[in-house]
Amino acid sequence: MEKNNGGCFSNLSSNLPIIFFIVITIILFRVLYVIYRTGKPLSKRAPQQPLSTLIVLGSGGHTAEMINLLSVLQKESFTPRFYIAAATDNMSLQKARVLENSLADSSEVQGISAEFMQIYRSREVGQSYVTSVWTTLVAMAHALWLMIKIRPEVVLCNGPGTCIPLCVIAFFFKVVGIRWSSIFYVESIARVKRLSLSGLLLYKLSIADQFFLQWPQLQRKYPRAHYVGCLM
Amino acid sequence: MGEAEDGVKRKRVVFVTVGTTCFDALVKVVDSQKVKDELSRRGYTHLLIQMGRGSYLPSKSTGEDGSLAVDYFTFSSSIADHLRSASLVISHAGSGSIFETLKLGKPLIVVVNEDLMDNHQSELAEELAERKHLYCAHPQTLNQTIAGMDLKSLLPYSPGDATPVAKLINKFLGFPED
Repeated sequence: MEKNNGGCFSNLSSNLPIIFFIVITIILFRVLYVIYRTGKPLSKRAPQQPLSTLIVLGSGGHTAEMINLLSVLQKESFTPRFYIAAATDNMSLQKARVLENSLADSSEVQGISAEFMQIYRSREVGQSYVTSVWTTLVAMAHALWLMIKIRPEVVLCNGPGTCIPLCVIAFFFKVVGIRWSSIFYVESIARVKRLSLSGLLLYKLSIADQFFLQWPQLQRKYPRAHYVGCLM
Repeated sequence: MGEAEDGVKRKRVVFVTVGTTCFDALVKVVDSQKVKDELSRRGYTHLLIQMGRGSYLPSKSTGEDGSLAVDYFTFSSSIADHLRSASLVISHAGSGSIFETLKLGKPLIVVVNEDLMDNHQSELAEELAERKHLYCAHPQTLNQTIAGMDLKSLLPYSPGDATPVAKLINKFLGFPED
């Protein structure tokens, strides 16, 4: 009996590199497939069905810009809505609540719901990029926890570092088949000549399905993005 | 120059805002005698400073002696009322503050914070200054900017529109585009 067990184990351990190789190849193909599908519009399967939406808020102007965008989106299609802001950002969730309350007041339709959450920050304003690596990892873990709970179908973000862990995990969910999402990134109106770090990452890694620019100077540098003029 | 018939100067408020940031350099320079004198010279009567997370405290003044009346606070949930009652706004270069002010049609001097890493905010201020919607300055040049500004030469800013983005998002997701 023991000989058999030993035999099983030695088979396994000699096959381990092969199994490893197969898994890596599957993941690689899956990643390439996701990148290929990124940016392709969703097929019109159930056009009237609302999509759960994650909205990433950032300090100051980021939230103002996001609220501005949300006010022109038909909320019945983007529901339930999950708002995430950085833990040290006090005003953003407040502003989002004001928006949601005004919707609740004016809406006759039942069942429009919103949730508000906070996430550890990848990087504080002024923090060195070196220490930001560690804090980004912590933020990643927290983001994973939140994303597992939310599993959004749409992600809306516009620049704060907070969005990077969330978008990377959304991409990861696409790769491993947990949830397919459409990721929309609107570069901040403050970015006239150069893209933000968040924008660069999401553009170069092809994580965002659609990438929007507000100033024409950037369109030449980033041809895969859509120039949409100033939103504010 | 804003004087009513009985010789009492009409109230003209300069509102300074740093948003949710810490921008001691701006608060300090605005509180300096040079700048306060220049603002007085240009007909302003009151200076109200929203100082945010800064640690430098300006010196309050009632302005009874004819000098500029100075007051300050840290935050408020909405600065819209302060912006509306201001005759001049001096703001940090945050896009939220800038556009909120421009949409209210108030004359605006944007002061860029040189201590910020990767000073992306200056791009927006410079672009809008180039388009003549506001004046752009650094803390050291604020005094000259106030002295030399011609507010009537500023062009009104027409608010932007987010509906093109909404249309593209809806199209992508297969929702009706309106």
